[in-house]
Amino acid sequence: MTMLPAPARRKLGLVIDLDTCVGCHACAVACKEWNDGGQFGPLPDEDAYGAEPLGVWFNRIHSYEVQPEVTPDSQGNGPLQQLYKTGFVENAPAMTVHFPRSCLHCEKPDCVTVCPTGASYKRAEDGIVLVDEEKCIGCKLCSWACPYGAREYSEKRGVMQKCTLCVDRIYNESFAPAERQPACVMACPTRARHFGDLGDADSAVSKLVAEREGYALMPELGYAPVNRYLPPRPRRNGCGDKAAAADHTETLDRDQLPPLLRWVDKLLSR
Amino acid sequence: MTHANLKLHEPVGDEVKTTTCYMCACRCGIKVHLKDGKVRYIQGNPDHPVNRGVICAKGSAGIMQHYSPARLRKPLLRVGERGKGEFREIEWDEALALATQWLGDIRRRNPDELAFFTGRDQSQALTGWWAQQFGTINYAAHGGFCSVNMAAAGMYTFGGSFWEFGEPDWEHTRYLMMFGVAEDHDSNPIKLGLGKLKQRGAKLLAINPVRTGYAAIADEWLGIRPGTDGLFVGALIQELLNHDWVDFDYLVRYTNAHHLVVRDPGGADDGLIARDAAGTPLCWTRDAGAARADAVGIAPVVVGEYTLDDGRRAVPAFQLLAERFLAAEYSADAVAPQCGIDAAAIRRIAAEIADAAFRQEIRLPVAWTDVWGRQHSEMIGRPVSLHAMRGISAHSNGFHTCRLLHTLQMLLGAIDTPGGFRYQPPYPKGVPPANRPGKSRKPDGTLDAGPLGYVHAPEDLLVDAEGNPRRLDKAFSWQHPLAVHGMLQSVIANAVAGDPCRIDTLFLFMANMSWNSAMNTTGTRRMLVEKDDGGEYKIPRIIYVDAYASEMVEFADLVLPDTTYLERHDCISLLDRPISDADGASDAIRHPVVQPDRDVRPFQDVLLDLGTRLGLPGCLREDGSPRYPGGFPQYMVEHERAPSVGLLAGWRGRDGSREGTGEPNPQQLERYKEHGAFWHAEVPAAGRYYKMANRDYLDWARGLGFVGSTHAQVMELYSERLQRFRLAAQGHGAVQPPARERERVARYFDPLPFWYAPFEWSHVDLARYPIAAITQRPMFMYHAWGSQNAWLRQITARNFLYIHPQTAQALDLRDDDWVWVESPHGRIRVPVRCHNGTEPGTVWSWNAIGKKRGAWKLAPDAPESQQGFLLNHVITELLPPRAGGYRYANADPVTGQAAWFDLRVRIEKAADEPETQPHRVEVARA
Amino acid sequence: MHPALSVIFFTTLSGAGYGLLALLGAGLALDLWPRETASLLWPLGLGALLTSTGLLASMAHLGQPLRAWRAFSQWRSSWLSREGVCAVTSYLPMAAIALLALRQDAQLPWPAAARLAGAALLAAALLTVFCTARIYSSLRTIPAWHNAWVAPGYLLFAAYSGGLWLWLLAALHQVGAPLPWDRLGLAPGPLMGLVGAALLVTALKLAYWRRIDGPAAVADIGSATGLGRYGTVSAFEKPHTEYNYINREMGFVLARKHAARLRAFALVCGLGLPLLGVLAAIRLPDYSPSFAALALLSGSLGIFVERWLFFAEARHVVNLYYGARRV
Ligand SMILES: Nc1nc2c(c(=O)[nH]1)N[C@H]1C(S)=C(S)[C@@H](COP(=O)(O)OP(=O)(O)OC[C@H]3O[C@@H](n4cnc5c(=O)[nH]c(N)nc54)[C@H](O)[C@@H]3O)O[C@H]1N2
Ligand SMILES: Nc1nc2c(c(=O)[nH]1)N[C@H]1C(S)=C(S)[C@@H](COP(=O)(O)OP(=O)(O)OC[C@H]3O[C@@H](n4cnc5c(=O)[nH]c(N)nc54)[C@H](O)[C@@H]3O)O[C@H]1N2
Ligand code: SF4
Ligand code: SF4
Ligand code: SF4
Ligand code: SF4
Ligand code: SF4
Ligand SMILES: [Mo]
Repeated sequence: MTMLPAPARRKLGLVIDLDTCVGCHACAVACKEWNDGGQFGPLPDEDAYGAEPLGVWFNRIHSYEVQPEVTPDSQGNGPLQQLYKTGFVENAPAMTVHFPRSCLHCEKPDCVTVCPTGASYKRAEDGIVLVDEEKCIGCKLCSWACPYGAREYSEKRGVMQKCTLCVDRIYNESFAPAERQPACVMACPTRARHFGDLGDADSAVSKLVAEREGYALMPELGYAPVNRYLPPRPRRNGCGDKAAAADHTETLDRDQLPPLLRWVDKLLSR
Repeated sequence: MTHANLKLHEPVGDEVKTTTCYMCACRCGIKVHLKDGKVRYIQGNPDHPVNRGVICAKGSAGIMQHYSPARLRKPLLRVGERGKGEFREIEWDEALALATQWLGDIRRRNPDELAFFTGRDQSQALTGWWAQQFGTINYAAHGGFCSVNMAAAGMYTFGGSFWEFGEPDWEHTRYLMMFGVAEDHDSNPIKLGLGKLKQRGAKLLAINPVRTGYAAIADEWLGIRPGTDGLFVGALIQELLNHDWVDFDYLVRYTNAHHLVVRDPGGADDGLIARDAAGTPLCWTRDAGAARADAVGIAPVVVGEYTLDDGRRAVPAFQLLAERFLAAEYSADAVAPQCGIDAAAIRRIAAEIADAAFRQEIRLPVAWTDVWGRQHSEMIGRPVSLHAMRGISAHSNGFHTCRLLHTLQMLLGAIDTPGGFRYQPPYPKGVPPANRPGKSRKPDGTLDAGPLGYVHAPEDLLVDAEGNPRRLDKAFSWQHPLAVHGMLQSVIANAVAGDPCRIDTLFLFMANMSWNSAMNTTGTRRMLVEKDDGGEYKIPRIIYVDAYASEMVEFADLVLPDTTYLERHDCISLLDRPISDADGASDAIRHPVVQPDRDVRPFQDVLLDLGTRLGLPGCLREDGSPRYPGGFPQYMVEHERAPSVGLLAGWRGRDGSREGTGEPNPQQLERYKEHGAFWHAEVPAAGRYYKMANRDYLDWARGLGFVGSTHAQVMELYSERLQRFRLAAQGHGAVQPPARERERVARYFDPLPFWYAPFEWSHVDLARYPIAAITQRPMFMYHAWGSQNAWLRQITARNFLYIHPQTAQALDLRDDDWVWVESPHGRIRVPVRCHNGTEPGTVWSWNAIGKKRGAWKLAPDAPESQQGFLLNHVITELLPPRAGGYRYANADPVTGQAAWFDLRVRIEKAADEPETQPHRVEVARA
Repeated sequence: MHPALSVIFFTTLSGAGYGLLALLGAGLALDLWPRETASLLWPLGLGALLTSTGLLASMAHLGQPLRAWRAFSQWRSSWLSREGVCAVTSYLPMAAIALLALRQDAQLPWPAAARLAGAALLAAALLTVFCTARIYSSLRTIPAWHNAWVAPGYLLFAAYSGGLWLWLLAALHQVGAPLPWDRLGLAPGPLMGLVGAALLVTALKLAYWRRIDGPAAVADIGSATGLGRYGTVSAFEKPHTEYNYINREMGFVLARKHAARLRAFALVCGLGLPLLGVLAAIRLPDYSPSFAALALLSGSLGIFVERWLFFAEARHVVNLYYGARRV
């Protein structure tokens, strides 16, 4: 149903920890593999071994750089002078942040309401946004309506495809309970991905979000994404824990020669 | 129902089999789901000790590799000129008969004329044994161009290594320093570990010219200049010494810091450890004078000069170390400009690690007994751990730099103590392990030992009477005495040059030697087809075993097509590169989960078949009948290296009730298959730390056959073994280097680690070539294999040269400009992109993305060959000629490790050509 | 946005068609339309042809055209569905008018039924065009579309291009008429209406471009990634080195200098030249059919370019993930 269901209590979604994600693409490929052979598949590839390989993926990994403002150093040198004069930039160097992106299962997603056929819909029971490929006419409008680039159209199949939150895994009673998790979450080698009910304040994911100040992407668009991103923890670039270092600064008195002598009386036990 | 046909409870497939992944050397456990006989889904095996259920991008994409169109389909015999890729498909019988004839002739004439080199495999337990049966000394795997510096420095220092044989204490460490690691062999365990570390809020410090991947998530990133880590660590050591941030008790208990080193300049015993009549090292105690260094209840000194009973003068090893690192050249201020790291930062980091090690000491309430029988009620740990890989090893100074890292660990008391670096069983197995490389042939034609091993003294080298190399790759010669993994990267150039010898057949397995694993790739490709005056190829025959249409295939005379990893038996043996973790020993198997749909055979079966046809002793029974008609699966079960010791440690003994050792069990493979295709034995809780001197551990390890004795294994802060080589170079001992090698051996066989500039720095004009150029592994590609994979190549089908924006600005470069990357060896035209997380004096790219046009069944206009590039074209395999025209390999002088990352280049805008032109290579010397 | 030809054809053709039908409907409703069957059937037939071709063209854009019927179901939320419903509904008054035209007596005034059908046609045509416009202007992801200028623009363009067609039909119909004013084709009122529409559309388009060139952005790379609070965010590596669907569909970038040139072309060709045509026809009414044809040709080309620009200049917020700083 293209009209959005009444807001549900259950909001299943992913929480992705940018502090831990190393950008390995494991989640993206696991997702592709799971869904390619499953009931939402295939996820077709075009020109697979040719000049312009292209295919449908539900999850893609970006990486960004974040350049903090570089302030002049103690001698007033700007970053370029610092680099050329001393070989160092005194202030924090740029962060590299790996950033997986898939459907955020928004609470108010236009991708659903624009759909003329009802192929796109948001499940009332858990908020998962799905495409019924049997109904989809491939008008692509929903992909235009998604700000997050989460919908990918397959030329070969003529239908729109997207992350299913692995709905065919998470409820699947033919699986052991521990395996009722999205494929990307199961695969992630750093365990940077978490799955759960973000509508339940007591769930592990909700607690994680609260504790780490998880955020939503582009809230200004008004789509109210369910998925949350955990921000990178502050990097201790070049500043470190000054307090710990401070009381270690009493250095060896080099005038007391030879310096080795201070170990002469060391009573060691073997 | 809104979704017409949503099935929530579909099973994955109709069958699931557990086996072991081989999309890389990490060897995770996988569950392969089959549907209608086809592979449907591959997931990580949650029970597997290596990956605990996770799976990487390559592992999931294994399905596409398995169904790759680039798979070879039938044996091939060359019909056209070599290198043109013209083949005739032949039957296996013909292929094997031909190989048997070629190899049989060689074996009768001179087995050393067979150069058998295996690349990325994990079957060294079989291939090494086979080479030994054949009788050739010219065998090795790929370690020489890979990471032998890590392996050797670790083995010769503390009997373990960063390289796969150890791991940080992920549960307890509070401070992890990662040097030069982009991905590592332990892909998934490291990622799992980093995830844990992050959760605990422990500090991760990345020392790496590039900030991606692991370095991206590090709390702190030090963008070091390539090749200078030794200076940085030396300065840390100086800071620790200056402040007394040293665990002296640990040093005297577990290392040879207190061993007395003889001071006898010019003498044959100079620098050797003083020993008593029984050969036991001596130390000095304040109350009793000279004493056995391994005695307990004594209080040895670590500085001072003492006179031994025989009148010789000696000092504790620690003093020599302290003298070296207290010198001005290792001060933070002196090293800072060379490393590109601020001196204040170096001091701070020394303080931070000292703080973590000594103020945040860990005490685990676990009782244990040391080898001297003393009971301890707790395990005390220094939660600082280090990990390092090819950023350290792939330099010509990598062996000593790695030793420096281990020195730092020992000073902190952080090897195999809680929170530090931990051995993985079966290591430690001796410092270094006892097995020496085979040198001579027995009457039955077999080599007296496996061709690879640990050289303990000059006597173990493979040199002729004049001191010249005997092996084709010059491993275990005076040029590279501790080349414990051989030097695959030198094989082709040496064979073509006939230096030190000619060979007849190059038998290569799983190594893309004409492309991404070659230095001077263009030249190597020319050498492979080079002919002598008589019109014969200088390498007369090349047999190559691959599963895919790689760049190397077209250079083969005979191609033996292998199966994929899902179609064969493999053995991940403790005798090989084990997959253990610090808490347990593991081995594993691979077994066919699907049948090949092509006329291909598992290489191990083929090798045993060849061995049988050749009549190699180990392949026949006493009555001359084949010993392993069942092929490799039979070998895995029945072969015994020593009585009761076989390839697999699990379910041994007739009834499968034994572990580690025991009679072969005919049901062994069945047991493995029932247990997820792996075996895992947990180290008892009391044996999990101090493994080098922990009775609980050593008893357990001896029970499993890992160690012969339960004596303490003393870590070598000071390497007497290296000193023996230096003494030989100074004219002492029975086996001495030829005159031209002496200076080099004497310099680089320093018993204490030190930093020296990478060789390239003194050979090239640094003003002309000011920029360091390095590569990194992408986490989602395995060397050359990945590009044939329809999914993985969608992630990366071309590579860029990454450069710091300010460096780019100085060179007037913008994203997607094409530049010439020029080294003295040649130049390549490549596209650039800016990256802030790159050290400004360094450029880098992803490794092995560039492909030869037409290889891997990719379209001729695939981006991999049009825009993608290999740095290898501009990396030289040889250092410039020395007096007399002699040229050393571009490698570490101790271990022969290829010095990939020493490369220096200049970058120039390629303004002369339109941007749409493809990538180009121009080399000065092919 | 990728300027897909099928969609551009669709919006221009059906825009013209519904414009023509709307004019017809209005004429009927107000009882201003001539009473001959031919003067009714021609515009009706042409309108039906243009809109139907447009709809077919839009079907070509679909991945599963055979399932197009499903698109009528979601009229409660989807402008595309509503558009479909309106488009199909508009055939009803069209059919009614056709029937009436065949049956009617030219001497009698339009029966009330015809006036009602005309009103219905007017409403259906305008609603269809409005829905088309709303498909675009409702997308919050594309600021260039998500504004108040789009719907009036679509409606006016429809009326204007319908007017051009109507002029041509009328001029052809009146060939050889005795009075020069008649030979012009359109009466002065409607003709001035056409001129007025052209001027209005020009003003509207200029205002629209001013707006989309303005600095207002809905989001930036910092909020798209949530990393803006740490410093300046830029894309380092994309998830793939080659293109994917998103880049191809949403990542189309038009160079500014091309845009400026094309805008000028659209205005001159689409609005300026037809205006000149009207002036010329007033001077030389005998050649009115030729001027009308030229005006239509030039106008259609101009509108086609305008529509192409409508897509090509629109930037989608998803590009923020691929390195765009602000959208
Ligand atoms: N510039 C630069 N060059 C480098 C490095 C670097 O860092 N920078 N790294 C170096 C290092 S450490 C290494 S280890 C080398 C790696 O280089 P290689 O060892 O050459 O690795 P691959 O390219 O993976 O090639 C191995 C071959 O194995 C084949 N193969 C794959 N699966 C199977 C199988 O199941 N059976 C058989 N028989 N064959 C199979 C592949 O088709 C391929 O031809 O590259 C080295 N080269
Ligand atoms: N996904 C994937 N995994 C692999 C492989 C693969 O091809 N793909 N290959 C496997 C093989 S054969 C190997 S050998 C391992 C290698 O695993 P790694 O050791 O992780 O190999 P590299 O990618 O060469 O990483 C070298 C790192 O060192 C840095 N570096 C270069 N020079 C210096 C230096 O002087 N100092 C410091 N501190 N850092 C430096 C580089 O920036 C880079 O980050 O990976 C194995 N795992
Ligand atoms: S991320 Fe995109 S596709 Fe997913 S629910 Fe939100 S708007 Fe729809
Ligand atoms: S492409 Fe399919 S799912 Fe998307 S809006 Fe059109 S019909 Fe709905
Ligand atoms: S939840 Fe499932 S479908 Fe969605 S990104 Fe993860 S693996 Fe893909
Ligand atoms: S698998 Fe985990 S670490 Fe790897 S890219 Fe995905 S989220 Fe990041
Ligand atoms: S790290 Fe990946 S490719 Fe390597 S063995 Fe494990 S799952 Fe397979
Ligand atoms: Mo390697």
